[in-house]
Amino acid sequence: MIVKTDLVASTGKPSLGDGSGLGASDAVLRVEDVSVSLGGRPVLDQVSFSVEAGGFCGLIGSNGAGKTTLLRVILGLITPSGGRIEVAGGTRSRRNPQIGYVPQKIIFEADMPLRARDLVGLGLDGHRFGISRPAAKRRIAVDEMLDAVGATRFADARIGNLSGGEQQRVMIAQALICRPKLLLLDEPLANLDIRSAAEVVELLARIAAEQRIAILLSAHDMNPLLPVMDRVVYLADGRAASGTTDQVVRTERLSQLYGHHVEVIHVQGRVLVVSGAEHQAHHAGDTYTDPFLRGG
Amino acid sequence: MLVATFWSPLVEPGFFSSEPVQVALVVGAIAAIVSGIVGVFTVIRGQSFAGHALSDIGTAGGSAAFLVGASTLYGFVAFNVVAAGVMELISIRKPRGRDLATGIVLGASLGLAALFLYEGTISSSTTGATVNVLFGSIFTLPPGITVVMAALGVASVVLVAVLYRPLLLSSVSYELAAARGVPVRLVGSGYLLALALAVSMSAVTIGAILSTALLIGPAAIALRVATRTGVAMAVAAFVGVFACWAGTLIAYDSTVWAGGNGWPVSFCIVAVIFVLYFASGIFSRLRGDRRRAPSNDQATAVRPVEVG
Repeated sequence: MIVKTDLVASTGKPSLGDGSGLGASDAVLRVEDVSVSLGGRPVLDQVSFSVEAGGFCGLIGSNGAGKTTLLRVILGLITPSGGRIEVAGGTRSRRNPQIGYVPQKIIFEADMPLRARDLVGLGLDGHRFGISRPAAKRRIAVDEMLDAVGATRFADARIGNLSGGEQQRVMIAQALICRPKLLLLDEPLANLDIRSAAEVVELLARIAAEQRIAILLSAHDMNPLLPVMDRVVYLADGRAASGTTDQVVRTERLSQLYGHHVEVIHVQGRVLVVSGAEHQAHHAGDTYTDPFLRGG
Repeated sequence: MLVATFWSPLVEPGFFSSEPVQVALVVGAIAAIVSGIVGVFTVIRGQSFAGHALSDIGTAGGSAAFLVGASTLYGFVAFNVVAAGVMELISIRKPRGRDLATGIVLGASLGLAALFLYEGTISSSTTGATVNVLFGSIFTLPPGITVVMAALGVASVVLVAVLYRPLLLSSVSYELAAARGVPVRLVGSGYLLALALAVSMSAVTIGAILSTALLIGPAAIALRVATRTGVAMAVAAFVGVFACWAGTLIAYDSTVWAGGNGWPVSFCIVAVIFVLYFASGIFSRLRGDRRRAPSNDQATAVRPVEVG
């Protein structure tokens, strides 16, 4: 069963940055009917959505739903078996300077001899061969970026000695220093405490709004993103539903996506998706067992 | 004269004028510098086991060279470079499969080494080959080896310098480096080649079995005191050179108090490294509290972004 997804959904909720609904012509990222099979197993099935400049799009799904695979396809690390992807008007490719990337949680050993500012510097020229020569211009660029994400205070500390939230700020600076048009983040809120997660989300929302950068952020829990997310791509079993949060996160739509009845409940500003069959509450962050997959 | 007076309590007569000692000091310094620079990446990338596997495989090469009467250096280099190539070709991404493949190849190599060393012992009627290959004999190296060592040393340092940034980026995150267009596999193979050369040079200095000590030890010490990769490499190289020279000196002097037969140089070098590692642990623990970044208790103000 394939859920038809809307390519050009009107922005029902005003985006944080500009407050204006934008047409599809402004799409920085356009994913059309992308299908992926890994080792003969279908992982993504005709996924379509787009993200506009300045848009903040949440890529929501449980573990194994295909979030990382989708990000890897956009990065050009996996070739899809069907469909097409456009980034900033061009076809995607590896070493696309239009894309900034924050990979899934990296474990930094405490003895890693790398300061926060060194990691941001790698974002600038880490792909080039040789040793970087110290240059005032490079240093200024790194300092500005560290300041922009609020990381100046710990710029000279070892990356492995920073808290999870601080490390994420540095990783975001590393991804932004080449001034991409699209920022991809793979589960940047995983393993962060609520306060750090909120700070990272606030930072990203500002970046999207002020820099007109399109953000696609994967998460298993959509709740921390609700205040800022203007689009959502909901993945389940490789299929996707996309649109505004109000369009997608509703009982009928998600039931259609999962192929069985689920209930969307709003409780004190939080969204709970409840499996209709078993009436078991699921909001990620408190469980790894996904009730949907049992029924699906 | 003043220098001689200063040194005389520490240095037994003839230390600096002895040609074997001069060769030993030069060879040790070259091996230590290369091992320090390469070793920092070995530790960062978690490839200590690969380094040790290479040194074991090199044992077969060194003993084969000994058997045919060539310099063990050539045997180490030939076998290590080939082994690095094979390890790259196998390139099994799953850690367990890679562990198994490496383990089986190094087991077979040690078996070969056993055969070659046995043949060597039979033909020369001494156990010199075994001690020489496994534990090194830096005082018996031919003077001409310094030129070859210098050339190999320059080659591997240049290789690391060329690979430096993409290697560091892929050590931070393989995914990120690949997404940025770094040819991660090529960079990894290039680094493995530098590692093979470093292990070979270290094997000549302190023996095939001990060669990882010079690779890992100074690098581990450096990571305890340095916050930057480049600085860590410099510290590791310095610590390695110090350990090699101090170890050589102790071994030379030990002929006096050990009753004619001095201690093996390898033992002395490794002992110095161990003592320094222990001392650096105390050092880093003492200032560990200051090193910790301030906790995230106070919310960091988010400033407006001004990139464009």
